[in-house]
Amino acid sequence: MSLSREELEAKLLDYVGREIGPPEQGPYPVNETMIRQWCEALGDENPVYTDASAAASSVHGGLVAPPTMMQTWSLRGVEMADPDAGRQNLQTELHSLLGDAGYPAVVATNCEQGYTRYLRPGDEIFVSTTIEAISEQKATALGIGYFINTREVYRDQQGDEVGWQTFRVLKFARAEQPGAATPDGAADEESSTPTRLRPPMAHDNKWWWDGIAEGRLLVQKCAGCGELRHPPRPMCQHCRSLEWQGIEASGEGEVYSYVVMHYPKFPGYEYPFTCALVELAEGTRMVANVVGCDPSKVHIGMKVRASIENVDDEFKLPFFRPID
Amino acid sequence: MPTTLKNEAAIAGIGQTEFSRNSGRSELQLACEAVSAALDDCGLDPGEVDGLTTFTMDTTDEVELAQNVGLGDLTFFSRIPYGGGAAIGVMQQAAMAVATGVANYVVVYRAFNERSGHRYSAGVGEGIVTADLVHWGWYMSVGLLTPASWVAMFTQRYMHEYGVTELDLARVAVVTRKHAVNNPAAFFYEKELTIDEHHDSRWIVEPLRLFDCCQESDGGCACIVTTPERARDLAKKPAVIRGVAEAATRGQENMTSFYRPSISYLPETDLVAKQVYEQSGLKVDDIDAAIIYDAFTPIVLWQLESWGFCGRGEAGDFVGDGNLELDGRLPTNTHGGQLSEAYIHGMNGVNEGVRLIRGESVNQPERNDHVLVTGGVGVPTSGMVLGQPD
Repeated sequence: MSLSREELEAKLLDYVGREIGPPEQGPYPVNETMIRQWCEALGDENPVYTDASAAASSVHGGLVAPPTMMQTWSLRGVEMADPDAGRQNLQTELHSLLGDAGYPAVVATNCEQGYTRYLRPGDEIFVSTTIEAISEQKATALGIGYFINTREVYRDQQGDEVGWQTFRVLKFARAEQPGAATPDGAADEESSTPTRLRPPMAHDNKWWWDGIAEGRLLVQKCAGCGELRHPPRPMCQHCRSLEWQGIEASGEGEVYSYVVMHYPKFPGYEYPFTCALVELAEGTRMVANVVGCDPSKVHIGMKVRASIENVDDEFKLPFFRPID
Repeated sequence: MPTTLKNEAAIAGIGQTEFSRNSGRSELQLACEAVSAALDDCGLDPGEVDGLTTFTMDTTDEVELAQNVGLGDLTFFSRIPYGGGAAIGVMQQAAMAVATGVANYVVVYRAFNERSGHRYSAGVGEGIVTADLVHWGWYMSVGLLTPASWVAMFTQRYMHEYGVTELDLARVAVVTRKHAVNNPAAFFYEKELTIDEHHDSRWIVEPLRLFDCCQESDGGCACIVTTPERARDLAKKPAVIRGVAEAATRGQENMTSFYRPSISYLPETDLVAKQVYEQSGLKVDDIDAAIIYDAFTPIVLWQLESWGFCGRGEAGDFVGDGNLELDGRLPTNTHGGQLSEAYIHGMNGVNEGVRLIRGESVNQPERNDHVLVTGGVGVPTSGMVLGQPD
């Protein structure tokens, strides 16, 4: 199946706000065996879960299940690992749709739960699941994909709510996987790239970034004494003048020092990469990435030239490329 | 009224929590435990404490600390900025307060969950747009986001100018680890490090490898500062502050002073050293042992040069000749440093400096008349020399 991104996203909209099917009953009632196994696995020694006589004299008046087991009562065991063997519903259909469209991987990202009452052995659990939201296409460190939010409501044999859960998964194409989904069109590709951190914009620096946005690499020049300075600041430390202009730099420079970034890895950056302290022909220095050259080839004294390039749809950065 | 801080203040008591990767309790509680231990160490009643000083980065509120520990009426409280650069700046605050009578007993404290909570290695991010955040903005988009990356930029140039090698950096890590091996409080207790293991460790930011970077830790440290006269009446031998100073110099930035004519030395550390030597009347040859702030290996080299233990660019050889060993010219970071004991923003080093003066270090060198202790560098910085009481 080959859907365009628009077609896929139109189909996704159909799923939002719908229950995935009728309420599903948990395979077993709440029972002491599973409670004991769970408590042993998690090292929870609270006697109200496993010691009937202690539980009888507690505020509960008898054994109860740990509240965080709530979802456990609705899970169907090993059959869940096989997408075809399980029962079909709108949720499995949605996952198949995304899988076929090039987003086969899935990872759970968030879960919240709330509990209305303690569950007791013998309680039957019924869960209703609603697809609450599907995100726009997102680029993440794992890969490009869609976040799906569901809300589960848990009820007992009387139909009374005993708790709720919100669950969020990312259905995605692995970042380096060959043949993985690529968004349509170059513009889309840029907007889907995880973005670099934006500099905070304020009085004293926005003009410089505006210059970059216009494709101009500026250096601040004091109107009082003519001294150049970078990074920009409001006052000249030589003559205390508050007047200045931004003059356009030639863009020529050389590497004064550099580092190669490996760890920790931040989204929006491809590791390893080079950050250099570049000394411009005008004499000021600035920190920027050296690109178009393997990090192992960068060296102090290397001649470089500025190149202002887009890192995404809206944001440009000055890079430096080696001069051959 | 004194005209300098020479011999006007002493560290009378020290305390600390265990150092760990997950303390399991609040930063406030860590601070309370460390302060309480420092009070017990010297037998001071909490009600006698009338001054507090800490780092601006510390999250423990002064009056909360006072409420918990049962401190007395407070007449002095202050904080010092710039991360680990404050480590000895706070000692100067305390010394000034007791020397002038503004307070009689000042508690210096620092506690954090820097491993299990907010890790500084996670880099700078967004926040209220202050001048400091605009400053970080010059590096955020480029991806030069972490303390290791800022230090690495100076390191590359320093190595280039002086022919310093990875082996020189490794030797700092290895000798520091040797000391931690004997220290039960150290994260790397009984875990040796070899030059080869350093060489095989992964890159963090070239030219820095994993073992060039300190660990990250949860924990708290505190000490009690008072006048040498009052300290005499307390339980432990005090460490007298011979000289203490802070400095920020021309072209100073918060970790990114990349725009000075030379970036291969630390002018602010030069200025701290000059002040401390002048104030104390001591010379470099008088220093018997040192606690040198070691968040990263190369910063130890630059500080050795600034304090005059060797010439510019010669610190690699100075370390290579075994001078930082326990039987060397300058036994250094005898607790294992921040590289191998714990990263408590330099305050575990202050405590070790006091232990060296007392003769209580697990790696006690023979000579201990004067011990140098320094604060973090690459930022406005600080340092002091401790000496024996009269």
